[in-house]
Amino acid sequence: MTAAPDAGSSPDPEGGRLAENVMHFARILRKGGIPVGPGRIADALEALQLGCITSRADFYCTLRACFVSRHDQQPFFDQAFDAFWRAPKMREQLLSLLLAQISRLQGPSERRAGSRRLAEALFDEQDLPQGQPAQELELDASFSASLDEILRHKDFEQMSSEEQAEAKAALARMRLLREPRPTRRFRASSSGAELDLRRTLRQQLRAGGQLIGFPRKERRMRLPPLVFLCDISGSMSGYTRMLLHFIHALANDGDRISVFLFGTRLTNITRDLQRRDVDEALDRVSKSVVDWSGGTRIGHALHEFNFRWSRRVLAQGAHVVLITDGLDREDAAYVADEMRRLKRAATRLIWLNPLLRYAGFEARASGIRAMLPHVDEFRAAHNLASLEDLAETLFKPDMGAHDPRRWLRQSPAA
Amino acid sequence: MTDLPVSIDATLEGLQAAGYVSDRPLATVLFLALRMRRPLFLEGEAGVGKTEIAKVLSRMLDRPLIRLQCYDGLDVSSAVYEWNYPAQMIEIRLAEAAGTVDRERLSTDIFAERFLIRRPLLRALEAAPGMAPVLLIDELDRTDEAFEAYLLELLSDFQVTIPEFGTIRAEEPPIVIVTSNRTREVHDAIKRRCLYHWVDYPDAERELEILRLRVPDASERLAREVTAFVQALRGEDLFKRPGIAETIDWVTALHSLDRTVLDPATINETLGVLLKYQDDISRMQGSEVERLLAEIQQELAARGRL
Repeated sequence: MTAAPDAGSSPDPEGGRLAENVMHFARILRKGGIPVGPGRIADALEALQLGCITSRADFYCTLRACFVSRHDQQPFFDQAFDAFWRAPKMREQLLSLLLAQISRLQGPSERRAGSRRLAEALFDEQDLPQGQPAQELELDASFSASLDEILRHKDFEQMSSEEQAEAKAALARMRLLREPRPTRRFRASSSGAELDLRRTLRQQLRAGGQLIGFPRKERRMRLPPLVFLCDISGSMSGYTRMLLHFIHALANDGDRISVFLFGTRLTNITRDLQRRDVDEALDRVSKSVVDWSGGTRIGHALHEFNFRWSRRVLAQGAHVVLITDGLDREDAAYVADEMRRLKRAATRLIWLNPLLRYAGFEARASGIRAMLPHVDEFRAAHNLASLEDLAETLFKPDMGAHDPRRWLRQSPAA
Repeated sequence: MTDLPVSIDATLEGLQAAGYVSDRPLATVLFLALRMRRPLFLEGEAGVGKTEIAKVLSRMLDRPLIRLQCYDGLDVSSAVYEWNYPAQMIEIRLAEAAGTVDRERLSTDIFAERFLIRRPLLRALEAAPGMAPVLLIDELDRTDEAFEAYLLELLSDFQVTIPEFGTIRAEEPPIVIVTSNRTREVHDAIKRRCLYHWVDYPDAERELEILRLRVPDASERLAREVTAFVQALRGEDLFKRPGIAETIDWVTALHSLDRTVLDPATINETLGVLLKYQDDISRMQGSEVERLLAEIQQELAARGRL
């Protein structure tokens, strides 16, 4: 490729201030969350010089080809394009309008979530939960040594705020034992089953044509994608925050994890969770979710997931973890239909239900009875012990301990 | 070989002449990709004609088409190159038998070009000047991230590095079309090196034009009704909405059944050509089909009176 002209000093074919304006436009896009670097601006200017500036439509297409790189960026790009390039006189006005919109979407950057922790650190050092450094050093998944049994078995809903802080620190150290699966790629291995001809030949050459041995290769293993679907409706509110801490710890540990929240609608928070600081991550999450502690429409949320997301996140043998109490007022048959579809797309479907904390839990609610036949595992998720158990044994064969059919057998139809 | 088009309008005409009904945004982005020698990244639902664009481009410019179908686990030895190990072993044995085993010479002899098996990506780089092929990297979202990362060198510098041999650089960069069905997000690093275009379902007018071009024998009324029906069907709550490929298949099917107009019974019998999921079919079959058909026939009649 020929060297692109520098964005700032580009010789402008029109003799005007096109380069400057394109650059300003790109900066607006960047503020709106579309990553447009200087390289792309240079590309756009180069493209414009190829004679694509004869009409507004061509100009639009050209800039779009250079600046947009994901389909979901397009609505914002269209808005910004209309506002920026239509009426130069009104630009300042429109710009401020647009920026107000953007800042509403993004949130003030100075309100960083870490500031709460910083304030705590300044004013009351004793009250701090287990400090960051301790977390960093501790690599062990088990935490039985540092936490007493009472806390481990205490229901999240009944914890005091200090206990919650302690529990969160414990959650932050949790690691998920995921089961890797073989891929179609190979890697060198002394105990592999297949011959590595390429390495054989290179060794042979190094030895001047003598055959010394046969290096072997084996299949590379890889973790399958993991998808969390977490209920954030009112009936779950006592657990939502703890579970989000749990999910954040897991999501930051491994790759290929997607996280969705649902109440009355479904929100993908995978990108929001990609912050190492849990407070910052949860702050971003709370901004992008609009239906905290409202009602639940499980069937509707599952439908949206199945239709909009399943093809994009459930490829390559994904596991799905569904966290909900299963209490909703929708048509049970609808929920069952969507569960059936989800089951078909997922390799393994695990349901975590905080309601299992009650010793006498019975699958009586129609929503629960509709969902149970379609899950592979049915587990509790109401205290540290249950989550710890989950993290360690999620993909181990469990000899039917979490078989959903057990619950269906126990309770005849209500 | 034909020269590259000189303007957007020329691109549009060229596509039309090669049998592809394009809209202006697509023509613009194709023109830019050709002129700026950038790979073109096409994303969109299955069956909207992404692969077809590459094929048409190769016809339009009269260049060979090299296609790499991606799949999970695709690796360098099946995408770029592989050494011909058996032949190399024999070469070593021959050298031994002749008693001329010299380590230095042997390694240059063994890793010579004649033992290199070229796979699609390498072949795309080795074309004669002026005959750069169209390289179609189809359904990139099906591979894993490791292969995407490998493509970075190829897409930005049009070169491939073979450790034993050296770097092979294209004298003239191929015209690269990358497609994705968005079953997962492709990494930004790849997209940054490409021009991006989202291929959408065509609107009614363009779809009708495509049908006229691809199935010229079908009756005009059938084509109109099918277009309206499929457009209406895309508005329904379906798991997989029918693409343009399905529309063409359907018209061909109806035409081979000697139908010149749509009727509910025929639609119900041939719905499997349009919809590929049992849930969708059972949802639409029967009364829903009749309702949609009545709606579009009313609309077409109303438009005919105007």
